[in-house]
Amino acid sequence: MSPLLDAILDLGPQLAEHVLLCAAAVALGIAVALPLAVWASRSPPVARVALGFASLVQTIPALALLALFFPILLAARSVFGEDLPTLGFLPAWLALALYALLPILRNAVTALANLDDELIEAADGLGMSGWQKLRLVQAPLAAPYVMAGIRTASVWTIGAATLATTIGQRSLGDPIFAGLQTQNWVLVLAGCFASAGLALVADGLFGLVERGFAKRRPALVIAGALLALAGIVGAAISLVDWRGETRETVVIGAKSFSEQYILGRAIGTLLEDAGYAVEYREGLGSAVVHNALASGAIDVSVDYTGTLWTNELGRSDNPGRAAMYEEIVRWEQENTGVAVLGRLGFENAYGLAVTRETSERYGLESIADLAAVAPQLTIGGDPEWFERPEWTSVRDAYGLRFGEQRTYSPTFMYNALISGEADVISAYTSDGRIAAENLMVLADPREALPSYDAIVLISPRLAGDEALAEGLQPLLGSVDVATMRQANYAVDREDDKWPPAQAADWLLEQVRP
Amino acid sequence: MGSVPDAFLRFDALGKTYDDVHAVRDVSLDIARGEFVALVGASGSGKSTLLKCINRLVEPSSGRVLLDGEDVLAGQPAPLRRRIGYVFQGIGLFPHMSVAENIALTPRLEGERLPDKRIAELLDLVELDPAMASRLPAELSGGQRQRVGVARALAGDSHLLLMDEPFGALDPITRGQLGERVRRLHDELDLTTVMVTHDMAEALLLGTRVLVMDAGHIVADETPAALLAGEGGDIAQALVDVPRAQARRLAQTSQGIGK
Repeated sequence: MSPLLDAILDLGPQLAEHVLLCAAAVALGIAVALPLAVWASRSPPVARVALGFASLVQTIPALALLALFFPILLAARSVFGEDLPTLGFLPAWLALALYALLPILRNAVTALANLDDELIEAADGLGMSGWQKLRLVQAPLAAPYVMAGIRTASVWTIGAATLATTIGQRSLGDPIFAGLQTQNWVLVLAGCFASAGLALVADGLFGLVERGFAKRRPALVIAGALLALAGIVGAAISLVDWRGETRETVVIGAKSFSEQYILGRAIGTLLEDAGYAVEYREGLGSAVVHNALASGAIDVSVDYTGTLWTNELGRSDNPGRAAMYEEIVRWEQENTGVAVLGRLGFENAYGLAVTRETSERYGLESIADLAAVAPQLTIGGDPEWFERPEWTSVRDAYGLRFGEQRTYSPTFMYNALISGEADVISAYTSDGRIAAENLMVLADPREALPSYDAIVLISPRLAGDEALAEGLQPLLGSVDVATMRQANYAVDREDDKWPPAQAADWLLEQVRP
Repeated sequence: MGSVPDAFLRFDALGKTYDDVHAVRDVSLDIARGEFVALVGASGSGKSTLLKCINRLVEPSSGRVLLDGEDVLAGQPAPLRRRIGYVFQGIGLFPHMSVAENIALTPRLEGERLPDKRIAELLDLVELDPAMASRLPAELSGGQRQRVGVARALAGDSHLLLMDEPFGALDPITRGQLGERVRRLHDELDLTTVMVTHDMAEALLLGTRVLVMDAGHIVADETPAALLAGEGGDIAQALVDVPRAQARRLAQTSQGIGK
């Protein structure tokens, strides 16, 4: 229990930001839902449209809703100016508020619609104006139901807010995502316990307020509300002290897999040595990172040439490793202002991997050998893989027709291969488990799979910063694939797991002269 | 349907249609100050609709209602309703307010505070213990609740009291007692009262004037004595026959027991 307790106790800042984010989101949800509910109670068409919209929002997975706000805010910059943040608090706040809308709105609309007709007739008969009727009759009688909606919304929001990590907002999702990627279950549990605990506390406090309204005991309402407020204020105060630094801060972005965490920490360490203050935005969605960099939400990231080639340049041809790199450098300079600082040295390309046994049983050396036996085999890929042009390209180049195809999270994909659930997987060539599990990456004689050189990208704001470029020099061209695999494995393996920062230190020891 | 010169309440060619259904058709009549008018008729005859046109819980489709010479349609409905006491079958006491708060509502809507002494007086008028002021409606019996409903309707010092089946949900004993109490209040406080009821016996016992409605029309406008003497036409007499037949049977039964 002790490592778990330590991990939970380390989550102070994440907890505080989580509390503030959720409080702000639920508050915005209330501010929108209550007037809307009153309007809806007077106009059935408004009720239909409002409830329909809120239900529709609810069907969007929270993760997708959070990610959707990135392009929306990016587009909104043409109205609100370039300073509008596209990642971090703002999109998380808006998405979660939208998510909190439904339970509050539905409870309030239902409560107002189901008020006793006799009470409404009495209110009208006594001569109440619309506002008096709302204040004296409808609001107090609907209050317990509205409060129940707010309570539900709070619990949902606290759970969904863990996903805010993926769009660069610090939350209790940080340890969950970091732990999932590095298979550090203590971290995952710590994040889960903390967010579940927070949800229980919020549920209890708002339950108190709800009971106070229902039993008409103002003391309960005030006690619950004050305790909740105290928690929110406490969270805010803890962050004020914690953020008391004024040095210029470089924000390092990392996608949600071990290599990115390690390289992010390695870059951070080098920049701290060079005198910069550093912040990390880890666990970002792969599609979000480049836009985040171009828009200045993050300053440094490691990306891969093949990824940028298809996703950003929109190209599907394969000009070869060197030409692709040159073209990307030129394209970034002309189109986004992002500077390509250089290559790290290794590639993290897509490849098709099999176990040694599968290779021997079917006589597999290259992807070409796979075509004949593919119908008897199951291929596993990460969620992106089957949507990527690389898959189409390699499938068509070799005429692959697999018996079955399955999707796994990157971490579980290897377990699926080793357990025999999948026979072939879309592996990453720098993955530590390739060497550790004695896997074979099948050769690609027809060069259907493009290269994926790891490169360091700098945001337009810091593109010309010589000191920063100088500070990162030790990493450029000096990380070979064996070193990267080993560092990745130290984080990914089951036993004697290292945290990414420790693997980053080890990596830096290997590359520094 | 005589026209009284100093009509307190006047209906002038009043009509109300819902879609294509005529609930009230071309009703013209005057009610003088101090009258206790019982409005009787079968379900769907339009009596409640006619009553609610007075305080605009129903908006008339045609015609006018004049209260003390003023067209009730001229201003906003809310201030109009605060001048008119309204008691209905549903009672509608607010469950989150005490008896005292319920009674004090109409003055409160005008921004005035009703003194505790006045609340005690009002409770006394409807024969309730003033100590009940602090109770919640859920702690009262049905009859007590409607007594509070009447007290609330009187709290605004209105001179017009509208009652829509006020005693319909009460048990017969409570119903009789409360009816008599309201009738005495009507006399003591110089009220003008319009009461909708489907019970002709109640109308005959409490009213100074009985209006019979059928299919949106007023088909009889008589004193209770005239109705009992056989006036008012067939529809009215069919309604009067009900309590009359009951009384006759009760008399026969008690004679049977006497022998």
